[in-house]
Amino acid sequence: MSRAVTVLETGPLTTVQDLGRPGRGALGIGRSGAADRSAAALANRLLGNDAGAALLEVTYGGLVLRAEGDLLVVTTGARCAGSEAHNAPVPLPAGRGLRLGVPETGLRTYVGVRGGIDVEPVLGSRATDVLSGLGPPVVSAGDVLPVGPASALPPGVDLAALADPPGGEVTVRVLPGPRRDWFGDTGWTALTARPWTVTAESNRVGLRLDGEPLRREREGELPSEGMVRGALQVPPSGLPVLFLADGPVTGGYPVIAYVADDDVDRCAQLRPGQALRLRG
Amino acid sequence: MRVLPSGSTALLVELDGLDDVLGLYAALVAEPLDGVVDLVPAARTVLLVTDPSAVALADVEAAVRRVRPRPGRAGTGGTVELPVHYDGADLADVAALWGVDPDEVVRRHTGTGWTVAFCGFAPGFGYCTPDGDPWDVPRRDTPRTRVPAGAVGLAGPFSGVYPRESPGGWQLIGRTDVAVFDLDRDPAALLRPGVRVRFRAVSGAAS
Repeated sequence: MSRAVTVLETGPLTTVQDLGRPGRGALGIGRSGAADRSAAALANRLLGNDAGAALLEVTYGGLVLRAEGDLLVVTTGARCAGSEAHNAPVPLPAGRGLRLGVPETGLRTYVGVRGGIDVEPVLGSRATDVLSGLGPPVVSAGDVLPVGPASALPPGVDLAALADPPGGEVTVRVLPGPRRDWFGDTGWTALTARPWTVTAESNRVGLRLDGEPLRREREGELPSEGMVRGALQVPPSGLPVLFLADGPVTGGYPVIAYVADDDVDRCAQLRPGQALRLRG
Repeated sequence: MRVLPSGSTALLVELDGLDDVLGLYAALVAEPLDGVVDLVPAARTVLLVTDPSAVALADVEAAVRRVRPRPGRAGTGGTVELPVHYDGADLADVAALWGVDPDEVVRRHTGTGWTVAFCGFAPGFGYCTPDGDPWDVPRRDTPRTRVPAGAVGLAGPFSGVYPRESPGGWQLIGRTDVAVFDLDRDPAALLRPGVRVRFRAVSGAAS
């Protein structure tokens, strides 16, 4: 029998992700892909997978799956109780289960399998884009997800020594966005002086932040313009939205700043209630 | 041309209007810049997304300032003809706004050439701009919660075709049976920036 994983429980949200669909912005198609790219890349490296192999992105734990065939698995990102494979691949023999509890810190856990999750790609990628609806359906209990053939590469290092995502206040670097001048120096200072709180209305599209609303120094309509992940867009409420992997390709509200791309992965691990400090 | 910052991986080039966007986009497609991995044209801007491991933003900025935009709307992406059943729910309202009868709306919509300026709102939703004077059609006061795939609409200076069922506030004048977004086709989007579009009136019920 070909190898697969049977999903018994998904937790709040589990999707299939990979590197996404870059290069299609002109068609209105966003990149999508793993929200924490570095954690997903680590999983594939540890397994000896191609960088583009698909894996499972588990939001706030709760995934239960069973191996159909002998597998090699790893988890990265948010460390869930119950995973013996965290940052260190372990064999999961046929019939054995993997049960992820709730992570102590962080939000997204990547479950990689040697050979990759081999569902049908859509426009060159197996990533589920929750905004546009492109890609495979959200993972449901009862799904049997095929596992692809292992690459010729042997699995990589045995163990990656890596700090878990932090639970308290997180500081990231911000750079000017195209409409910084709509908010003036006062707005920039307000953005960077105090920490923001991540709200529960956050998802793969973006983090909605709560705090002291930012004030525009100029009025006017902005024709929609292109954005990439990390954009801090300020809607009329004055409360910024930090766009993540499934953010829209274009937006009609001013982008005051961007989180430096290298720091966006850490933002994808923030949970509702956590504080985010934007350092200018 | 104004080059605005967009974080550590992208630059936003701001231009005077749609024609300049089309001209710069066409030039960047014809002769891609080193290290630029994606382009997002919009109403007044083109976003250049770079691979930061391959190129420095300052070099991309210098390179884009040297690009000579392509003149006119030569149509870099071929021509698409879309058969339209002009039986949209808002056709009479648009006619009333213009003080003409519905047939005149159809004549104007089919009588001019269109160019896809950019995509947005949803995958494969192309914003088509007419040759000649810009149009100006207000959006509906209350957006519809459900607009069917294939609906042909007008809003502001644009015409467009809904690639799939979605909410929407455009004035609907007709519908086409042509799938403007099809995942089994490559490229999936029919209405891509630079594509020339002709709308053609057909009679009879849409399937």
